[in-house]
Amino acid sequence: MFTEENLKKVEELKKRYPTTQALTLPVLWLAQEQFGYVSEETMKYVANLLHVPFGHILGVVSFYTMFHREPCGRHHLEVCTNVSCMLRGSDQIVNHLEKKLGIKMGETTKDKRWTLSEVECMGSCGSAPMFAVGEEYYENLSIDKVDQILTELK
Amino acid sequence: MTAEPTEERVTHWDRIILPDIRNFHTIDVYLANGGYKALKKALEMKPEDVTDQVKKSNLRGRGGACFPTGLKWTFMPKQTTKPKYLCVNGDESEPGTFKDREIFERNPHLLIEGIVIACYAMGITTAYLYIRGEYGKWVRMVEKALMDAYTNGFVGQNICGSGFSTNIYVHKGAGAYICGEESALMNSLEGQRGYPRVKPPFPAQNGVWGCPTTINNVETLANVPVIIDKGWEWYSKVGAAKHPGPILVGVSGHVNRPGVYEMPTGEPLLEIIYRYAGGIPGDKAIKAVIPGGSSTMILRGDQLEGIRMDAESLKAAGSSVGTAGMIVMDEDTDLIKVITRISKFYYHESCGQCTPCREGTGWLWKILKRFETGQARKTDVDLLMEIANNIEGNTICALGDAAAWPVQSMIRRFRDEFEKRVVAEVETAVA
Repeated sequence: MFTEENLKKVEELKKRYPTTQALTLPVLWLAQEQFGYVSEETMKYVANLLHVPFGHILGVVSFYTMFHREPCGRHHLEVCTNVSCMLRGSDQIVNHLEKKLGIKMGETTKDKRWTLSEVECMGSCGSAPMFAVGEEYYENLSIDKVDQILTELK
Repeated sequence: MTAEPTEERVTHWDRIILPDIRNFHTIDVYLANGGYKALKKALEMKPEDVTDQVKKSNLRGRGGACFPTGLKWTFMPKQTTKPKYLCVNGDESEPGTFKDREIFERNPHLLIEGIVIACYAMGITTAYLYIRGEYGKWVRMVEKALMDAYTNGFVGQNICGSGFSTNIYVHKGAGAYICGEESALMNSLEGQRGYPRVKPPFPAQNGVWGCPTTINNVETLANVPVIIDKGWEWYSKVGAAKHPGPILVGVSGHVNRPGVYEMPTGEPLLEIIYRYAGGIPGDKAIKAVIPGGSSTMILRGDQLEGIRMDAESLKAAGSSVGTAGMIVMDEDTDLIKVITRISKFYYHESCGQCTPCREGTGWLWKILKRFETGQARKTDVDLLMEIANNIEGNTICALGDAAAWPVQSMIRRFRDEFEKRVVAEVETAVA
């Protein structure tokens, strides 16, 4: 299931930790990068690969918010609504995004282009409000800036 | 201990942790400005002398607990057959905190240098740098810096020809605030759910994989090369006598220039808000300030005079320095909305092990939502306080306290805000 390259990465990772169980998070990250999300099938595969019970993998995947068990839209917009962002207008950003994309927080558009999520503090308090798309942070947002970003991402 | 308050203090401050030098994050610029000099110096010292310098400098942890770093290092056993580990806490997820991110981006080599010095002092040959999952971009920045450090012989085998070897591995989290708690971080590193452990045993005896472990915050370790380079005498004279050194203060919320500012500890909060962060937009008054990240007790804007950014001053003011992530709120802020959002956060991040926290954080949020929507009863204010008091101190880790403190302090200092939002008592007509 893993690509040759990822299997090689797993072997490299094994040298870094005294147990294979410690590879749970790094290998789940590899899996999510390769498949886009972590399905039950993927979890079974990772469990076999690391010689740990399936229940352990399921427990870990369901504990950490960044592992997605369902596929997301092509662009996953994660909007921070915690205090510092809230004080600088994240509510308006959320309202604007919901209206513009026609979906509510936690939903994906029918064309699978956009997923919208509310997230906890992303460490972008000094450049609030913000949202992230994948690893990219979009900061100091305004309504105009949001529109511009959405056009660029399409 | 160290410096007496009467002693001469360092008054002029040039930024050291985040210097204003272009491309300082690259190894060439770092080396050209005296980078890795402290490491070479440390490697010529005896390991216990390095620890001694850190101890005498009175460096205190920058992750929130302000525990003396040098003292923590001495807890590590000298004679042991087990491997020893250093875990570097870069999970930074407390709302209002965004300082370690600046170190990853602008001065990763200072951190790497600090990690290697710490490893040398404690005889550690493997260090794990745990960075929160959301910082994927910053993970790559640190990995690049780490690769350059390996190539130049500052990490890995036989560092600078000293015979000392240590490896540093970056470990990426996956979105759980609780993994910033040191024992949860160790469980997460082991590949488990981030459940905090009961202490004792303490990490220095029984840490990650049952081996002696020290956990230090990113900013804490970035201070270590400074101490070795300039000496503990100088360092202990910077800022507040009992909590010395430079500190990265993140200012967010209603200020003109939000951002991370490096300064000596002990700067007045008002100075930070007005001089560093440029004051309040529209020259509005300050209603409230959360001084050190969302878990620290909220302060009234009209009582900030004389309060300084150091452990002792903030403790005396009924709060704490935390991660020095200041959240400033102007006079028009809806504090009920603020505290409701903070409580939602702790409810979301509770790991679920301890009943008071798992259930209590949810109750706090639920009741606070009643205040937000104007459905609260008058008795709900005391009910909130009672729940918060029953969470505090009754959980394995400090997340329970972190959920209770903001609520308790908000009620104590802004009780009128709650009472204003209570639904008018309906007189039930008895026909």
